[in-house]
Formats: sequence, C-alpha cells, structure tokens
Amino acid sequence: MNTIFKIHGGIHPDEEKQLSNPGTVLDAGVPPSLILPLSQHIGKPSSLCVAPGDYVLGGQLLAEADGMVSVPLHAPTSGTVVAIEPMPVPHPSAMNNLCLELECDGEDHWIEYAGCEDWRVETPDTLISCIRAAGVAGMGGAGFPTAVKLMARDRLPLQTLIINGTECEPYITADDTLMQVDAAGIVEGAQILAHILGVEEILLAVEDNKPAALDAMQKAAKARGGDCNVMTFPTKYPSGGEKQLIEILTGKQVPTGGLPADLGIVCQNPGTAVAARDAVCFGKPLTDRIVTLTGRALARPGNYRARLGTPIEHLLTVAGFDPSQNRRLIHGGPMMGFALESSAVPIIKTTNCILVPTEQELPTPPDAQACIRCGLCAEACPASLLPQQLYWYARAKDQEQLERHHLADCIECGACSWVCPSHIPLVQYYRAAKGMIKESKTEKIRSDRSRDRFEARQERLERETLAREEQRAARRAAAEQKAAAGGADDPVAAAIARAKAKKDSAGDESANS
Amino acid sequence: MSFLRITSPHGHSPLNTAQVMQAVLLATIPGIVVLTWFFGPGTLLNIVFGGVLALVLEAIALGLRDRAPQRHLKDYSVLVTSTLLCIALPPYAPWWLIATGILSAVILGKHVFGGLGYNPFNPAMVGYVVLLISFPLQMSSWQAPRGLGEIPGVAESLTAMFVPASYDGVTMATPLDLLRQNKGLLLDDLFSSTPQFGQWAGVGWEWVNIAFLAGGVWLIYRGIFTWHAPLAMLITLGLCAAIGFDSGSSESGGSPLFHWLSGATMFGAFFIITDPVSGATSNRGRLIFGALVGVLLYLIRVAGNYPDALAFAVLILNFAAPFIDQYTQPVTYGHKPTKGDDE
Repeated sequence: MNTIFKIHGGIHPDEEKQLSNPGTVLDAGVPPSLILPLSQHIGKPSSLCVAPGDYVLGGQLLAEADGMVSVPLHAPTSGTVVAIEPMPVPHPSAMNNLCLELECDGEDHWIEYAGCEDWRVETPDTLISCIRAAGVAGMGGAGFPTAVKLMARDRLPLQTLIINGTECEPYITADDTLMQVDAAGIVEGAQILAHILGVEEILLAVEDNKPAALDAMQKAAKARGGDCNVMTFPTKYPSGGEKQLIEILTGKQVPTGGLPADLGIVCQNPGTAVAARDAVCFGKPLTDRIVTLTGRALARPGNYRARLGTPIEHLLTVAGFDPSQNRRLIHGGPMMGFALESSAVPIIKTTNCILVPTEQELPTPPDAQACIRCGLCAEACPASLLPQQLYWYARAKDQEQLERHHLADCIECGACSWVCPSHIPLVQYYRAAKGMIKESKTEKIRSDRSRDRFEARQERLERETLAREEQRAARRAAAEQKAAAGGADDPVAAAIARAKAKKDSAGDESANS
Repeated sequence: MSFLRITSPHGHSPLNTAQVMQAVLLATIPGIVVLTWFFGPGTLLNIVFGGVLALVLEAIALGLRDRAPQRHLKDYSVLVTSTLLCIALPPYAPWWLIATGILSAVILGKHVFGGLGYNPFNPAMVGYVVLLISFPLQMSSWQAPRGLGEIPGVAESLTAMFVPASYDGVTMATPLDLLRQNKGLLLDDLFSSTPQFGQWAGVGWEWVNIAFLAGGVWLIYRGIFTWHAPLAMLITLGLCAAIGFDSGSSESGGSPLFHWLSGATMFGAFFIITDPVSGATSNRGRLIFGALVGVLLYLIRVAGNYPDALAFAVLILNFAAPFIDQYTQPVTYGHKPTKGDDE
C-alpha cells in the first residue's frame, strides 16, 4: 500500500547537510538577555500579562493568546522583564514589532508543571487545550497555531496525519537531528495528534538522504506499535513542500485554494509533534527548539538547542562566526530563507536554521540577463507552472494573464530562480505581482463598496422623487374633483383652489431642485 | 553589523546563459568537421568571417541601444546566431552574401526587436531567408562533395570569397533538388544512376546529418533543451515521407530515411527549432511546434521551389508560437479535475 508517487519538477542542489553534523545536539546556553516577540506565529499577537520590572520563572506565562488564532508565550528561563517595546524581529521586511526583553538571572529557576497521566483517556478538546496552553505553533516554518489546525476535525472528515520529516532544503538538519535523538517523542506526539484528529493512518515521511533518521524512526515506530508507517522517497527539492509531499505520499493534489484537510489530511512537523507530546504528557510549554547553525563562516556549525528569544548574535558567537568572508545572514535555508539585515534579532518558534555562508559558498548573484525562454524553470517548477510566461506577465503587470497562468498556485520555492541560467530573480517578480494583485483586489472591493453606496443613494433619491410626484398628482386630482363638484357656480372658490394647487406644486419643485 | 539583503533563493545552479550558448557552439563541431571533410574549408571560413562580423555588429547595436557591449557580448548568443547561419550558407559564398546575411540576422532578426530574448523569429533563419529570396542563384550553388568534385584549398577558398567571379568550382545539384526534378526514373534507378546519391541519402549529406544528430543528442543529454521539438519534427517528417514514398515510384517523394538524412533535417531539428526564444515554450507546445515544422518541411521540399525548406517552415511556425503557447499551458498543481470530488 505504501506506493510513492512522482511529482513534477524539482531540483537537486548541493545538500550540504553534513556540514552541520546531523544527529548531535549542542547547547547554545543561556544568553544574558532574551528578546521575545509577541508574534511568533500566524494570527493575532499574544496579549501581555506581565509588566516591566516583574520577576518571572522559566515556563511562566508572559502573554496570553488573544482570540482564536493566537498562541500564548512563556518565559524560556528565569529573570526580570526589563523592557516591552518595538524591537527588530526576524521578518523579510526588517520591521520592528512589539517584543518583551527578559534579563536572564542565570539561575534558570522553573515553575512546576504537570501533564496528563494517560492521554488515551482524555477527550480531544482537553488535549487541544493542553497544546494551546503550551503555546505550540507549527515549527516547520509558517508558525500556524497547532491547536487551530487540529480543530479541522470539527469541520471535515479526516483520515491521515502526515509528519513531514522531509527537510528538503539544503543545509538544514534540525528535523534530521530531532528524528535521530527523539524518534520516540515524535512517534508518541504523532499518536497524540492522530488521537485528537480521530485519524487511523499516520505517515512519517523521511527523505532518503537521512538514513540515520530513517532508521531511528522505523525503530521507534515499530517499538510503539501499529499505526505508524515510515515512508521514504528519493531526495529532491521541494519534496517537503506540504502540497508536494501530499502528492508524493498519496498521489492526490490539494485542490487550488484549498487545504490538505479537504483531502482528509493534516500535516505536522516533527518538532511540532514533540512539542505537542511535551505539552500533553508533561504540561511543558514550548520555550526552546533545535536550530541548525551552519555555513562555512562558522567555526563550529551544528544543531544547537536554543531558548526562544536568543539573539542570533549570541548564537553566532557560540558557533564561532568569522565575519571576514561573509556578507549574508539567512534566516532559514538557502532556498526559501530570508536575508536578515542585522544579527540583533532573536530566534523564534519558526527558526529552524541560521545560515552564514562565505561569499565563495553562496556568491552574491550577478546582474540578471535577458530571459531566453529556455524553459528550465518550467522543468523545475513543482507546481507545473510556466515561470517564463509568468515572468513576462509580471513585468507587463498583466493581471488577467497572471491569473490565467495561476500565479496564486506558486509556492515560492525558488526552484525556477535556482535553475535560471540568466540569473533572473523570478520569485521576487512573483512576490511583487502577488502583492499587486492583492492590492488591486482590495482596491476593487473598496470601489465596489462605494459604487454600491452611490447606487443605493441614487435609488433612494429616485424613490423619493416618485413618491413626491404621486403625492402631487393626488393633490391635484383632489383639487380638481373639488372644483368640479362645488365650484361651477363659484368661480372665486375655483380660482383660489387653482392658485393653491399651483403654489403647492411650485413648492414641491423647489424642494426637488 | 549590517548584512546584504537579497531575496531567496540564495543559491544557484552552476549553469548560466553563456554556458548554454557555449554548449550549443560545441555541439556544432561534429557537423562542421564533417561538412569541412566533404565540402572543403568553405564552411569554416564562412563561420570565422561571419563570427567576427557578427561580434562587431552586435557591439555596435548594443552601443546604439545603450547596453554595455563588454557585458552582453559575453553571452555568446550572437556567435550562436552567426555560426548557425554560416553553417547553412553554401561554402565559398562571396563575402557580401555572408555579410548581408549576418547583417539581416543580427540587426533585423535580433536587435530591431530588442535584442536577446525579445526576437519573435529565429535570427539565423531571418538572415537565411533574406538571402534566399534576394540571391537565389548564389544560395543554391553548392559545392560538389569530396569524391565527386575537386575540393579547393584554403587560399583558393579565400580568393573565392573575396575576389568576385574568381572561383569556378564544381557545383552540383543537391540530392533534394535531384529528387524534386526527377520525372521518369524509379527511386532505385535514380539512386543507382546518379553519383550524388550515397547509401541512404546524398553523398556527404548523410554523414553531415548524422554528425548534427550526434551533437543534438549530446545537447539533450546535457539538458540544454528537451527532446520534444526535435523528436516531434523527425516523426512527422518521417510519417509524411512514408505516406509520399509511393513504394519508390518515379513520383516518390523519397523515403523517410532519405528525408531524415538530407539537407538541413538534423541541423534544423536540433539546432534551429530548439531555439527557445522564438519557439513554443511548454513541452506540449514544443511537440506541436516540432510536428508542424516536420509537416511543412516535407510539403515545401516536395512541392516547393527552394533547395530546402527549413527556414520557411521555421519562420512560419515562429509566427504561430505565441498562439501555440496560449493553448498548451500545462495543468497546474491543484487544477486537475479529480474524479468523485464533490467540491
């Protein structure tokens, strides 16, 4: 039953996985201070429940979830809240966002926490609230609140949980490492998630370039019994894209604009599975994660367990950063990660990798040349788009053709840019075009609304005019009737009535104008 | 400290456009070697003279268009255009014929439309067609192959190029011409009675075609272009030839093998219709593009008036490429109509 399906496109960049020595976890230590953004997830920022000057213990709640699509935030160690203000956060736009600065006391005192004794007897709702309370958000990259994703069970019939241990991006080995050191935790986490979702089938997906992780996962799945299938498939970027992985494992495609849940599938990252297990079994909040620190500008690349909020500059120091050969600091992997301007930003729940390459390793791209429509991009595109056509239409700002060529289905994996022999930053064009379309849609909604308002007003005015005319006609008829009835012998009364009617209608007209 | 801000992806494949062009140039070498063996140094001289002229014209055109020549000349694209055109020109052509061809290809075929990547027609074929229509006599005098005529030396070749009417070499009708002009002979009799025919097609030509086929297969193996257009063209050309073969009668249009190994077939299939800029862009589109070139090639060969038909077939299909693109968009992920999907 475990057939593997082929997906279109994909590329084979140098993997560079061995550089960060997958399978060993190093300790990044406790930095002097932590910077904790209130928004480390998709959704509303958490709302604060501490104030500057407060002393907090490790694991203590710092900010509560604000609304449904939000997650709480906990202190990763003990210390004093020294500032709550906008600070630079890891974001492609280098923006500032509200952060909490925690001065660590180095004692690492923690609150007491406890989890469920046996999750198998708990209701899904209880378990979801455990996961929600622990601040778990997707650790693969997007940071979607896990509890919200699990609530798909209420809306759609689900059959399959996929744990996405593909990690197809070059350099990154955080999931690889986690699978090697805590396979049992991942499998148990997966079983908890499956229990919540009410699904029978668990697929643990591992790309075939991670034999040690694959072996560990197979052993753990066997040890825990029954319902976990470890699946492996040939290495290719971007097999780990959620939509691509679903097609590889099931042969089905997530319909455009839809979610995996529409196919009865939910995908989770191995790190998220472990965080869910920790939340349910131990009541432990999510306060640290494994981060791959890699690139040839580091003397000691590796996988480090780091507290959330650790400034990247602290991590670079720990890993022996040599700035002389380096020009770029990348949050994430070389394919989809974004460049950071400053190393003063902290790591967050979604930080799986910090890449500091030498200039020789990942050279600054040369100027783009003309597109020769060679079509290598179309060969590489995992969504079967025609990137070369999208490029022309993006440059021409031709929205109609962009939509006809399904720009919205671009997952921005970067495979097209990677292969482009003319070094055209294709993905950048698509991002800009998507932004443009979004903006013009918003604009359209706004103009539709004002048109509706205008039309409603016109209609009302017409209605009022009509009503007035009817009234006038009625009055005139009444006057004439009256004149006809009694006025034949009395010309004076008739004249008065006529004058009165005339005056009325003149009055109406002036009201109308 | 401040780092460079560059958008993803941060890595890049080792292949660049200049290397694509270099690979195409390299792949023409077997064909050029065989051409030179059978027809003498004329083709080589064409290529060298045409190449130098093309580089100069390209530099001037880039300068006029405010583009940095140093940077854009390095993409080798103009050398590909000039080399392909010069391979197609008759050896020992006068210099002004080559110059007119190069000028038409580089300026009219390429820069008038905005340079590399913006030309709707294959520049080399634009140059070729301008010459074919303007100078039909010079364009159809093709040197007799080795074994059937004297092969000129380098000095003689240079004189032929630069001194008007100095060269009185042996020119012969090509096998394609002979077949078209054949009125009374059975195909077998035509082959045995005419020295220009070799084992499968024309003497020399069959090996020229095999050499270009080899270069083309290497390019496909290198991933420079896909197999779709060439294969589709060869299949439809073969099918048309099979239909028109008429069991080798005096009315026969020639066998599939004859057409595959004659004239510009393999050169066209692998070096001309694979030009990505002026061709169809999706793989399905390339299949249609190649298939239609094959049909047109056959029709113009057997029913037309020109020595070969490739240039016209390609230019006509260049017109059609945007239209083909419009109707051959691949099915995007998530757009497949799924069976039993009630949404």
